[in-house]
Amino acid sequence: MEVLWSGFQYGFFQRALLAGLGVGLACALLGVFLVLRKDAMIGHGLAHISFAGVAVGLFFGFLPLLSALVLTVITAGLLIKIRQKAGVYGDTAIALMSSFGFAVGILLVSLSSGMNVDLFAYLFGDILTISSLEVKISLALAVAVVLVIIFYFRNFLFTTFDPEAAQVAGIPEKRVEYLLTVLAGITVVLGMKVVGLLLVVALMVIPAASALRIARNFRQALVFAGIFSLSEIFVGLCLSFLLDIPAAAGIVLLGFGIYLIILFSQSRFRQRS
Amino acid sequence: MPSDVIESGRLDSPLIEVIGVSFGYNQLEVLSEVNLNIYSGDFLALIGPNGAGKTTLIKIILNLLKPKKGEVRLFQQKIKEFKDWPLIGYIPQKATHFDPLFPVSVREVVAMNLPQARWFDFWTKKMKEEDVLRALQVVGMENYIDERIGYLSGGQQQRVFIARALVTHPRVLILDEPTTGVDAPTQEKFYDLLARLNKEEGLAIILVTHEIGIINRHVNKVACLNRRLVYHGTHGEFCQSDFFRQMLADGHHMIFHKH
Repeated sequence: MEVLWSGFQYGFFQRALLAGLGVGLACALLGVFLVLRKDAMIGHGLAHISFAGVAVGLFFGFLPLLSALVLTVITAGLLIKIRQKAGVYGDTAIALMSSFGFAVGILLVSLSSGMNVDLFAYLFGDILTISSLEVKISLALAVAVVLVIIFYFRNFLFTTFDPEAAQVAGIPEKRVEYLLTVLAGITVVLGMKVVGLLLVVALMVIPAASALRIARNFRQALVFAGIFSLSEIFVGLCLSFLLDIPAAAGIVLLGFGIYLIILFSQSRFRQRS
Repeated sequence: MPSDVIESGRLDSPLIEVIGVSFGYNQLEVLSEVNLNIYSGDFLALIGPNGAGKTTLIKIILNLLKPKKGEVRLFQQKIKEFKDWPLIGYIPQKATHFDPLFPVSVREVVAMNLPQARWFDFWTKKMKEEDVLRALQVVGMENYIDERIGYLSGGQQQRVFIARALVTHPRVLILDEPTTGVDAPTQEKFYDLLARLNKEEGLAIILVTHEIGIINRHVNKVACLNRRLVYHGTHGEFCQSDFFRQMLADGHHMIFHKH
């Protein structure tokens, strides 16, 4: 316990906690909508695009977080356009864009020497090395994402539940889809440093999937997803510090464990009743 | 029979006017020169075989699709300029086909149709709680307000969707095949509820349906669509028509009327 307490005194641990909790909350809230729209993999696809963004940043010497943000948000918009206009299936569009993004990233890596180490931090997450500028950007954007969700809550909920009736009620369904995808792009980029781009989809999907199993109404689903995410990140980071394991693995495995516990306790409860 | 012949005696203006509407997907023509007026107090059954364009016509009326020719006027306004969508309640064909695991309560389903005057309206506890409760009382579902909608039966879910449409105090209710997958006694109650709303609240209702039995009991007008509007008349005329006899002879999935 004392070791953990001493951990809280370290600047790097404080920064990791702040950024992790902010990003985790935004990911979880957005994840509830994406999972219910059967669009959970969009996070995974956009993460691959952000890999290209990071590579561009490292190659040309920009802050990788910013170049990744710009590229991912633009691609999120393109993705929606392709789906709506070109008649491409949703998952095919994601596969097209993500493989393109990853290929660009690999090309840039091979063209330059010495950025492999930095890239690893984005592939697998390296929250304990997060800089204070990155923390500020992460927190500000996480707050913005949460505010947008609160602001457009009815539009997001209605279009997710019954898109046709929502349109008749005067909600611009396509614009809402676009906004959600752009928000997903932003949070994916933020989540990259926390758990790495290969696992960022877990931050969106696992707390949401757990919450959806037990919530009785939609507000509860959002609150539970938020609580699961915050506690998984907090405990995961503490475990990583105490046991010297990678933070990303700790956070994701913890979340998965909670999901399994809910799943099994529900099926046992059902058997009894 | 053109709709203006039937309505020639009416003095009030129609709530919905479909004027010479045609529509097609690629080369295939789905609707051709459809004219139809809906007045206050109408309970219209829109019938026709599969692929006759019933749902397409509804979507054009709701501005979800744009007609290739012709126009729709809602409450005497051009559809482009029409902003009072709360006046039209809509229950889509797939309303009850949502994911049963979707964690949304009856209260939230009804409230999501309430226009938000302020962004935080949805979040405040007192948010038009009375409106939601009243709408649920009309359909007899007020005791289920906190239930998760996925846990209700198909018939109960339909009632909640009616409440969702009613919460904005509409003057027209449009239902697309509302009783698909619902058992016969539940259907009966459901149509009784619609008939009550039509008579007591003066709500105009457009019901897209395959059920000829319903047409006999509750509706006061019938429109039959088979790409063109092949029949439009009052319920009494409909029962006397050759058209109806042919329908009974052929079964309601086999309606092909040669005008």
